[in-house]
Amino acid sequence: METNSFYNEILTYHNAHPMHKHDLEPFTVELEGLNPTCGDDIFLRLSLKDNRIEDGAFTGDGCAISQASADIMLDMIRGKTKEQALHLADLFIRMIKEGLTDEEMEELEEAGALQDIRHMPARVKCAVLAWHTLQQALENGETPT
Amino acid sequence: MQNNTNGPKQIRPDLIRRDFPLLEGNPVAYLDNAATTQKPSQVLDRMRAFYETENANPLRGLYDLGVRATQAYENARAHVAAFIGAASADQIVFTRNTTESMNLLAYSYGLSHIGPGDEILVSIAEHHSNMLPWRMVAQKTGARLSYLEPDSFGAYSEQELETKIRKGVKLVAVAQVSNVFGRLNPIGEIIRRAHAVGAVVVVDAAQSAPHMRIDVARMDADFLAFSGHKMLAPMGIGVLYGKAELLADMPPFMQGGEMIDSVTKEKVVYSPVPHRFEAGTVSAADAAGLDAALTYLENLGFDAIAQRERELSARAYEQLSRIPHLRLFGSADPTDHHGIFTFVLDQVHPHDVSTILDTEGIAVRAGHHCAQPLMRHLHVFSTTRASLYFYNTEEEVDRLCSTLATVRRRMGFGDE
Repeated sequence: METNSFYNEILTYHNAHPMHKHDLEPFTVELEGLNPTCGDDIFLRLSLKDNRIEDGAFTGDGCAISQASADIMLDMIRGKTKEQALHLADLFIRMIKEGLTDEEMEELEEAGALQDIRHMPARVKCAVLAWHTLQQALENGETPT
Repeated sequence: MQNNTNGPKQIRPDLIRRDFPLLEGNPVAYLDNAATTQKPSQVLDRMRAFYETENANPLRGLYDLGVRATQAYENARAHVAAFIGAASADQIVFTRNTTESMNLLAYSYGLSHIGPGDEILVSIAEHHSNMLPWRMVAQKTGARLSYLEPDSFGAYSEQELETKIRKGVKLVAVAQVSNVFGRLNPIGEIIRRAHAVGAVVVVDAAQSAPHMRIDVARMDADFLAFSGHKMLAPMGIGVLYGKAELLADMPPFMQGGEMIDSVTKEKVVYSPVPHRFEAGTVSAADAAGLDAALTYLENLGFDAIAQRERELSARAYEQLSRIPHLRLFGSADPTDHHGIFTFVLDQVHPHDVSTILDTEGIAVRAGHHCAQPLMRHLHVFSTTRASLYFYNTEEEVDRLCSTLATVRRRMGFGDE
C-alpha cells in the first residue's frame, strides 16, 4: 500500500509546475535562503511598493517540499501588505512547528496542504525555508543587491 | 554461528539475520550500510561481558581486573594487526573512527613532514574526512593541494595517474573503495607510482575493510584507516595503521593521560608508539567489540561475504538499470560496487526519494555523502545511495527497486 500523505496532489503540483519560479525584474528585495542539511537553496525576489508586495518570484534548487512551499507562499503573498504577509508566515511556521486551530488553518488556504510535515522532523526545515526567508526579507527592509 | 558443513562456505540469509537483533525486531529494509552496519549479538555480548567481568581502566591498574581490561584492549589490537596483515600490533593505533584517524595523521604527520612548496594530492572523490584534514595541512604549511579526478564512472585513467602523481608530491590521500561509486580503486598502482616519486600514501579503507581482505604489507600502504562501526563493530572505535618507521617519527596528536613515560616540570618523555597516540582513557569495551566483529567476519569468510554481496548486487543492478529516468553512478560492472548503488532520479530530489522509500520501510541515504566536491564534479547537487551488506535479502532489494519505480509517478511526473 502506498502511503502518500505528505506528497499530496497540491504539493506535487506546485513542485512539478511552479507558477512563480522564474527571474523577476525589477525587484526591490532579494534574499537567499539556505538549508544546509538538504542543500535546499532558494533566491527570493520581491517587488515592494507602498508597503505592498506587488510581485514576487523565486529561483534555486531543492527538494519538492521546499520548492512547493515557496511557490504556494508566493501565490498567497502577492498583492498583500507586509503585515499581512508576515502574519501568514507566522501562521505557517506555527502550523509546521506546533499546529494550528481550525480557524487559523482556514486562513492558510492551500498552504495547509503541507501540515503533515509537522510529523516529519527531518523535513521541517525544508517546509519553512521560504517563509523564514520572507520574514528576513521583509524585516530587513528594502535592500536591492 | 552457521557453516558447520564442509566445502565452500555459503551465507544463508535466513540464518544470518538471527544474529542481528535489530534486523530481527524491525521490518526495516536497512540499506544504509555504507553509513553504518547493524551489530550482531556476538559483538553486543562481548561488550556486555567486558563491562560485567573485565571493566577497569586499561593500561593503568596493576591489580588483576586492571590487567584483564588491558588484555582485552591489547588482544583487540593484536587481532586488528593480524586481520589486515600488519607485521606488529604496535603499528595499530586505536581512534574513534576514520575521521579521527585522518585528523591524527594530518595534525601529527602532516604538520611535521609537509612544508611550503610541497604538493598534497587528494582524490576529488574523497569523503570529507580524507580531504578536509589535508586542506588544513596545505593551508597551515603553505603546501599546494591538487586533485586526482576520476571519470564519471569513478575510474582513474592511466594518464590522470601519470600526470598527477609527479615529482614534488609528498602525500597522496585516496580511498580504496569510494563511498559514492563503490568502485575498487587501483590502490596498488597508485602506491607504486607515489613511492616512485617519494610520496607517502594514506589509504581510506572505511568502505573496503567491511567487504574484502586487506593486506597492508602486500599493498605497501604507508598509512591506512578504517572505522569499526561500518563492519559490525560498535560506534566509537576506529583504526589507524602506519609503517613502523613513519609512526615512530610522529609527534603526539593529543596530550594527556597514559601517553607519557615521564613528566617533570622541565621535560616530557612520550610513550612509544602506539600508546603515544592514545591519550586519555581508551574505549576498551568498543575495542573488545571490534575484536568480536573481526572474529565474526573471519568465521563467515570474505569469500562467502563477497559471494553473497555479488548475488545481491547483480540483482539490484539488473533491476535498477531498468527503471526509467534513473541514472546510476560508478562501474558498469555490478560486481564492482561493493554493495554501493548511488543514483539520481530525473526531476526528483534525493531527499524526496528517501522520504518516499522511508514510507515503505526502506532506509537509504540521500544527500552529498560528505563528498560535496565530488557532487560538483559529477554535476549533481546530491544523490541517493542504497548500500547493501551480506545480511540483506533478495526481498529487500526487490522492495527497493519496485518502490523506486513508483517514485516519479507519486511525485506527479506521470510517465513513471
